[in-house]
Amino acid sequence: MSQAQQIQAAPANSWKMLQAMVGIGILCALLIVLTFQGTLERIENNRAEALEKAIFNVIPGISKKKTFTIGADNEIMEVKGDEASGQLIYAGYDENNELVGLAIEAAGMGYADIIRILYGYDPEKQVVFGFNVMETKETPGLGDKIEKDPRFLANFEALDVSLDEQAQDLNHDVVTVKQGEKENPWEIDGITGATISSRAIGNIIRSSTEELLPVIYNNLNAFTYENE
Amino acid sequence: MEAMLNRTLNISTSPHITKGSSTDVIMQNVVWALIPVALFAVYSFGMSAFLVIATSVISAVLTEHFLCRISKQESTIGDWSAVITGLLLGLTLPPNFPLWMAFVGGMIAIGLGKFIFGGLGYNVFNPALVGRAVLQAAFPVAITTWFPAFGEGRFTSVSVSTFTAPFMEPAVDGFTGATPLSAFKFDNVTADSMELALGQITGSTGETCALLIILGGIYLAARKMMDWKIPVAILATVFALSGILYLVDSQAYPSPVFMLFSGGLMLGAVFMATDMVASPMTTLGVVVYGAIIGLLTVVIRIWGGLPEGVMYAILLANAISPHIDKMIRPRVYGTTKKKASA
Amino acid sequence: MSDQSVKKGESGFLATLKGSPSTDEFIKGLWKDNPVFVQVLGMCPVLAVSNTAINALAMGLATTFVMLMSNILVSSLRNFIPKQVRIASYILIIATFVTITDYMIAFISVELHKALGAFISLIVVNCLILSRAEAFASKNTIGKSILDALGMGVGFTFALFCLGAVREILGNGTFFDMAILPGSFQEWIVMILPAGGFFTLAIWLLIFNAAKAKKATA
Repeated sequence: MSQAQQIQAAPANSWKMLQAMVGIGILCALLIVLTFQGTLERIENNRAEALEKAIFNVIPGISKKKTFTIGADNEIMEVKGDEASGQLIYAGYDENNELVGLAIEAAGMGYADIIRILYGYDPEKQVVFGFNVMETKETPGLGDKIEKDPRFLANFEALDVSLDEQAQDLNHDVVTVKQGEKENPWEIDGITGATISSRAIGNIIRSSTEELLPVIYNNLNAFTYENE
Repeated sequence: MEAMLNRTLNISTSPHITKGSSTDVIMQNVVWALIPVALFAVYSFGMSAFLVIATSVISAVLTEHFLCRISKQESTIGDWSAVITGLLLGLTLPPNFPLWMAFVGGMIAIGLGKFIFGGLGYNVFNPALVGRAVLQAAFPVAITTWFPAFGEGRFTSVSVSTFTAPFMEPAVDGFTGATPLSAFKFDNVTADSMELALGQITGSTGETCALLIILGGIYLAARKMMDWKIPVAILATVFALSGILYLVDSQAYPSPVFMLFSGGLMLGAVFMATDMVASPMTTLGVVVYGAIIGLLTVVIRIWGGLPEGVMYAILLANAISPHIDKMIRPRVYGTTKKKASA
Repeated sequence: MSDQSVKKGESGFLATLKGSPSTDEFIKGLWKDNPVFVQVLGMCPVLAVSNTAINALAMGLATTFVMLMSNILVSSLRNFIPKQVRIASYILIIATFVTITDYMIAFISVELHKALGAFISLIVVNCLILSRAEAFASKNTIGKSILDALGMGVGFTFALFCLGAVREILGNGTFFDMAILPGSFQEWIVMILPAGGFFTLAIWLLIFNAAKAKKATA
């Protein structure tokens, strides 16, 4: 009656067991491959769309984009196809193929885990004018205010990141201050109750702008739109 | 077996080592020891602090009474333990804490911290700290919004957030202060030691005046109603560890005196870590338990994400205190060590 | 006494007593043998992915889909799989459908896929699915196995939804992302955190057991 007895009653038949495992294995592999092939295109489209939406969000009013990366010798190169790796910069253009702004990927340690953000840079006015959190594991309802709190997001409408006369360094480092104490255009108004997360955003933007903006500003020609 | 079951057993709460005083007498004395601390809280923070403390006491007592009623037991509010839980909870809350949240805290402290485990004598954790931990997790903003001490008109008016309607978000006061610990954590500013000891600072209602807390502790220890080894072990560990760190780098780490007198360490060490049920029973166990609390407090304060860590340190040590006792069970007289541990 | 034994029999897996047995196979998962509130199975996704109503619903449906497909396959292959390798075979089958579900969810929405994160892959270790394959599908016809999977799946989804709704309303003041409470409502942050999952589950279990106890004494 019990299973132990059944197992003893039917002596191990290796050939049959092998048959069953291999048969099920092949069936399962087939199912997975079919689903993978069937959904691959749409999934990649979905991912690209989500990225595009984020880029269009941080650079308002653009109609097309191109992807660039910074090489070892600070050379800016266009990325073709899907081989995106390293520091990525997305350039957004309007309908007349004029450069509107750049969307720069940046990341840094938050309260819970690494926060990945995308911020929009306007090279003409030298301000950060868009901000989007790509990935965060900050505490829901608290740390995740960095992507929801409208008052915090208002910091990134015109955050001053202007370069000095030699275009080598920022005039003022971006810094997060206590909620309600923002006085200068390069300060980020923090969030009470999400001190660490809002400071992390300030740090991420500061280190990214310090490192990248001089390179980008001195090589703006590299972002000119060219028709292929 | 039959005979055993039929005998009337005198069931007392742990620890079973009798100390000569009955539960309610000890509890009453703890209340006396806490009253100066509570009075100072009312003196420095005014009406708001009084209302917060009163609300959490009333809530704890009512919850205890109500839970006894629905579980068809005799009401146990006469043993004063619910009063202590409410009082301790109230003393760990910010003075401008909304009253409805303090009420919820009292309910959680008694219901979740004590009653669920079987009532007094069975609680694994200090009930007041369970209540505060849940409040901290549920309302992290309200519980870290501080009210400056010695504000003008503190006896005639209350903080705008005190009378927040139930389930509503409290309004933020125009003037909020930072506690010495959060000022250190986020802005690297340390407060003056004398101000800390005498309670001239911002903080939870009952944690500001270290001196009165120590006096209360000495009173209880002198009457043998509290194990003095626990607070001494905690404070010594904190002092030693932060002293070493301070010697290594006095810029990055706060001074040991600052560590001792800031935040809830005094209140926690004297009145909460000494919870008779949730702390170990052996002498060595008590010292190990205190050292663990001290170590965790320093680690959380200095390297953790939060400015204060006494609450979590005590709760974690509460959780392992039965295991501490088990590991260092005293040897039965006349047996060899191996036999005793078997 | 006799009434109770009949009830017990009906809830048993091999029960084909009176009434319509096929409806029984479906109904039992909803209430009497509810996978969460009665069997307390598959707690990992129940606690982890019930922080909002939409996540809870998505997780419930994904689990139902995996359970349905694996029950069908296990049931149809039940005479082909030797006893000795049955668990390995079931896991293989379940893992396949979990992988498929993973692709399907990314196919539907990248955002949902991100929200459910690692928990989709973890459906494979949900003991509820393996228990249905082992305890039911391997001994019953395809038709019954489908009904069993659907009943258990709906029961599981219902339970997740009960948790998700409470946690989202209290923890965020919203229901399916729509604000339903006044703006000044104080959110109970703890409800969205993992601890809130334990609290909410405990309270639902309390309510269920109290209801059951009342029914038993009545």
